Amino acid sequence: MTATDLTAGRRPMARADVADWLAERGVYVGLLLLIAFNLAFTPRFADADNIRLQFVQVVPVAIIALGMALVIGTKGIDLSVGSVMAISSALLALFLGYGPVVAIVIALVGGAAVGLLNGVLISYFGIQPIVATLALLVGGRGLALVIAQGRLTEVFDPVLATIGSDRLVGIPIVVLIAVGVAVVVAVLVTRTTFGRYVVAIGGNADASFLAGVPLRRTLLSVYVLSGVLAALAGIVQTARLSASDPSFVGNLIELSAITAVVVGGTPLSGGRVRILGTLAGAMLMQLIGATLISHNLPDSATRMVQAAIILGAVFIQRQRTQA
Amino acid sequence: MTTTTGDGDPASIAIADPDQAERAANRRERVAAVLQRAGAFVVLVVVTVLASLIFGTRFASVDNFRNILEASSFLGLVAVGMTFVIVGGGIDLSVGSLLALAAVLAAYGSQYGSLVAIALPLGVCGLIGLINGLLIARARMAAFIVTLATLLFARGMAFAVSNEGNTIFHVREDLAVTWLGQGSVAGLPVPIIIAGVALLLGWVVLTRTRYGIAVTAIGSSEDAARLMGLPIARVKTVMYLVSGLLAGLAGLLVAARSASGQSTIGVGFELQAIAAVVIGGTLLTGGFGSMAGTLAGVLLLNVINNVINQVGTLSSYFQQVVSGLFLVIVVLVQRYLSREQRL
Repeated sequence: MTATDLTAGRRPMARADVADWLAERGVYVGLLLLIAFNLAFTPRFADADNIRLQFVQVVPVAIIALGMALVIGTKGIDLSVGSVMAISSALLALFLGYGPVVAIVIALVGGAAVGLLNGVLISYFGIQPIVATLALLVGGRGLALVIAQGRLTEVFDPVLATIGSDRLVGIPIVVLIAVGVAVVVAVLVTRTTFGRYVVAIGGNADASFLAGVPLRRTLLSVYVLSGVLAALAGIVQTARLSASDPSFVGNLIELSAITAVVVGGTPLSGGRVRILGTLAGAMLMQLIGATLISHNLPDSATRMVQAAIILGAVFIQRQRTQA
Repeated sequence: MTTTTGDGDPASIAIADPDQAERAANRRERVAAVLQRAGAFVVLVVVTVLASLIFGTRFASVDNFRNILEASSFLGLVAVGMTFVIVGGGIDLSVGSLLALAAVLAAYGSQYGSLVAIALPLGVCGLIGLINGLLIARARMAAFIVTLATLLFARGMAFAVSNEGNTIFHVREDLAVTWLGQGSVAGLPVPIIIAGVALLLGWVVLTRTRYGIAVTAIGSSEDAARLMGLPIARVKTVMYLVSGLLAGLAGLLVAARSASGQSTIGVGFELQAIAAVVIGGTLLTGGFGSMAGTLAGVLLLNVINNVINQVGTLSSYFQQVVSGLFLVIVVLVQRYLSREQRL
C-alpha cells in the first residue's frame, strides 16, 4: 500500500520473513482458522441467524475502528470514542421529540463537536493525542450522564426501530451502514489527497509539514471524522437496543477499536492505514468472543484470551519494524 | 532535569548589556517555572478556601477533611507509582484493573488468614507489573498497548476469581488485615498513613536517589541515557513493577476498608491517576515530575469531588466533567508555561 512495503527484499532471513508475512496477513489467517474451527466444532455456526448476529454485533466496533484506523495512521490515538458514543446516545434520546432526523443530526453534530475539540487541542495547541482525548474520555462520559440525568431512557421510534432491527434483502440495515462507512473511508484513504496526507503525517509529521501538507487541517479533519463515526456507532447501538444508557454504552470500546486496528496490521507508529485488515481485525475479535462463549467459556476467559492476542499481534509487528 | 536557568541562551550572549527586556523575560521564565511546579497547589488552596467560605463548616470541618484525605489515599498510592512511570516516559493503564484484582484476591485470600490476604494480591499484582515492565523494557513494546492488554487481562482474572463477579468475597472483621483499612493511629486512619509514607518515600526516591535521577534521565531522553550507560531495561522494569505493587496495595486497602472484594471497582481509576499526576505538573512527555505536585493533584480531584457532593443540586456526574475540564486547562497552561521557559 505504501512505500514501507519496499523493505521486503530477497534476503535469506527466514524468521524475519515469517514475521513480516504474519504481520501482513496474520489477521486473515487467524480469521480463516477460527471460521474453520467453528464450522467443525460449533453447532449451528453456519446458520444464517448466527452469521447475521455476528455481523450485527461487530458493527459498532467496526465503525469506530475505521475512524480509529485513520487516527492511528496519523500516529495519534482517540480514547474518547466510547464517551462520544454515550454523548450521541444521550443526545439522540433527548431530542427524539423533534423527530428522528433532527435527533440523529444533533447526535452526529455532538460527535463532530467533541472531535473538533480533540482536533483543536491536538493540532493547534500541540497537546499529545493521548492526553487530549483522555480528558474528553473522562469529561465526555460525565457530560453524557448529565444530559441523560444518569438514567436509562427507553427509545421508541419507528425510524430508529427500522434502522436497528430491519433487513434489506436479508442483510441487517446496521451492517449495510457499516459497509457504507467502510467504503467511504477506503475511498478516502486510497483515492484522495486527504488519504495521502493522513499517511504522510503519520510517517513523518515534520517532513510532511515542510513538504506542504496542511498539517493542522488534516489532523483536525481526522479527529472530527473519528468523532462523527463514534457518534454514528452510538446511534446504531441505541437503535439496536431501543434504549439509551449513557453509563454503559461504549464502555471500553476504545480498547476493542484499537485492538481491531492493531490486529489488522495498522502499526501504532503511524504511516499506514489498512481498512480491510481493520475490518478483519474487528471480526476476528468478535468471533473469538463468540467462539469462547458458545463453548461455555466465561466472559472472564474471553478477556484474558483477547489480552494475549493483543500482545501477540503487537509483538509480531515489533519484529517487523526491527527487521 | 529540564530546569532552565537561562544561562546558555545564545540570545543573552549576543547582547552584551542585559537590558530591561531581557530581565523581564528572565523574570517571566522564573514565574513560569514556579507556576509549573506549584500551580496545582495554588489551585488547591484557592478551591479549598472558596469552598470553606461558601459551605462553612459543612466543608471545613475536621471530619470532612479526614474524609477527603481517606478518599484520597487509594488514588494517592496508585498516583505515586504512576508518577514514576510518567516521569520515566511511560504510561501504565493497567492500575485500575489491578486494583480490582487485588481487592478480589485479598478478600478471597482472607479465608486462609491475614498473611495470605496480604501476600496474594501483592504477589499477583507485582508479577503482572513485572510482566508489563519486561515486555516494555526488554521486548521494547509500546507501554500504552502492553498495559492496555494487562488492563483487560487483570479485569478478566478478577472476574474469573470471583465467579464472573457473582461471588463477592467478604473479609472477616476479626482478621488482623482489616486493621489496614479500618484501623487508625492517633486519630488518623491507617490508609492515610500508608499513602503518606508512600508519597514521602516516592519523593525521596525520585529526588534524592540514583534511581530517581535515572528515571528522570530516561524520561528526558532514552537515547542519551543509554549512551551514558544507564541500565535502562532494569530501571524501566522496576518502574512498572513498583506501579503494579502500589496498585495491588491500594486494592488490598480497599478490600480491608470495605471488608469485601468486588471485581467491578476501579474502572477508569487509571485515568484519574494519570489526571492527578498531570495536574500536579508532571510532564506527560516524561523527564520532569514532582511528587508534591502529584499529592496536590490527588487532593485537588478529591476536594472537587467532595465539593460537588456538597452542592446537593448538582448531579455527581459533574465531577467527571470538571475533572476532564481541569485536565485540559492544566495541560494547556503547562504547554504555555514550558513554551515560556524555552524563550
